[in-house]
Amino acid sequence: MPTVRFTTALKRFFPSLKEHQVAGATVAEVLEEIEALYPGIRDYVVDEQGRLRQHVNIFLSGELIEDKEALQDKVGEKDEVYVFQALSGG
Amino acid sequence: MKLLTGTSKGLVVYHRVSGSWKVDKVHFTGMPVSMVYVDPRTNTWWLGLAHRHWGQKLHFSVDEGQSWQSVPMPRYPEGAEFRPGRPATLKKIWCMQQAGPNRPGGLWLGTEPGGLFYSSDNGRHFELVESLWNHPSRLDENQWFGAGRDYPFIHSIVVDPRDESHVYIAVSCAGVFETRDGGQSWEPRNNGLVAAYLPNPAAEVGHDPHLLLACNANPDVMWQQNHCGIFRTTNGGQSWDNVTGVNGFPNYGFALAIDHEDPEKAWVAPAVSDEMRVAPGLALCTCRTEDGGRTWQAQRNGLPQEHCFDIVFRHSLAKRGPVLAFGTTTGNLYLSEDYGDNWACLSAHLARVDAVTFA
Repeated sequence: MPTVRFTTALKRFFPSLKEHQVAGATVAEVLEEIEALYPGIRDYVVDEQGRLRQHVNIFLSGELIEDKEALQDKVGEKDEVYVFQALSGG
Repeated sequence: MKLLTGTSKGLVVYHRVSGSWKVDKVHFTGMPVSMVYVDPRTNTWWLGLAHRHWGQKLHFSVDEGQSWQSVPMPRYPEGAEFRPGRPATLKKIWCMQQAGPNRPGGLWLGTEPGGLFYSSDNGRHFELVESLWNHPSRLDENQWFGAGRDYPFIHSIVVDPRDESHVYIAVSCAGVFETRDGGQSWEPRNNGLVAAYLPNPAAEVGHDPHLLLACNANPDVMWQQNHCGIFRTTNGGQSWDNVTGVNGFPNYGFALAIDHEDPEKAWVAPAVSDEMRVAPGLALCTCRTEDGGRTWQAQRNGLPQEHCFDIVFRHSLAKRGPVLAFGTTTGNLYLSEDYGDNWACLSAHLARVDAVTFA
């Protein structure tokens, strides 16, 4: 199963957040599994239309995902999914 | 009494101890607080957070900040479009208002890009008020449009204490709208306002109220600090009178406070102008009227009078009884216990202040 890792910034809101191996053939499905483990976390990553938030990045085994609208990038059994925050100022 | 100060880096709560105001506690350190609201029916504290990365969030506390809970965020319905082909998503939470004692659990919520939401269960679920969202004017980019932001936003909600189905909202930019049927239908109430930035300054819709308040003792009297001056109505918004100061001072600004017992009294925190957003003469002041806006007096005692680049945002001036407080864009916080006659600095090193209210 793919492995999901998160920026430590999200631990502020989900203190027990840790790396997981979850089922899912697409990034959206992987996120669905994570939502079941940490209710509410999906709203931190995507907006109400399901689009990746503007200042959040998801990397799939080192590459930025291509589909930021519906998160339909295919995820392989050995893939690693990283949920990061984009860099910003202020 | 406590003073809740929402800043771009957290909520700072002050309380009065032994005759002076001290910091009680800091909440949500480092997080941008976009809205602070205290529901007077239950003393519930509500916070809107505007995370740079993670979107908008709503938190509440029923024990004055000892503990906080979050609620599912209001959602624009699937298929909702800001404009044709542009899906609507929540950009920012601007204001909240309780729906009245006869509607326990009723809460209105004003947001950007122009959606008004209503909750009947104390904010656990919010639903978009479709009648306003589908108002023909909202769909017209010449009537509802962003002002200083990319999208229009609802920043003021006024509920008539005599009739809870009678509600006003104010939108930047669009103007003031009124419903008399609890939100089923809406009518613009902008007669007498000036929109100097439009080809037709007297357009029915397209105005830029910066803040709208109504006097509890006489709710037919409403005030607004507008982009194009200060306006007052004595007939529930049927017509607005321009009560901008003589020689244009005060004129421009965002913030407004009113006396809820005396409809003749109001306070503003002036800036120079749209083009020059600093304290007039680089000297900080508030202005008070006690005659319905016919005359205004500057209040400067205790406020710095040179090299002030502060301005006061729309939700950053608050009043309760004789006590007023305001926070500025440069992180200064001032408080007066005598209606603004004398001010004291509570802090000169906060982050940008976006919201001030008393609890």
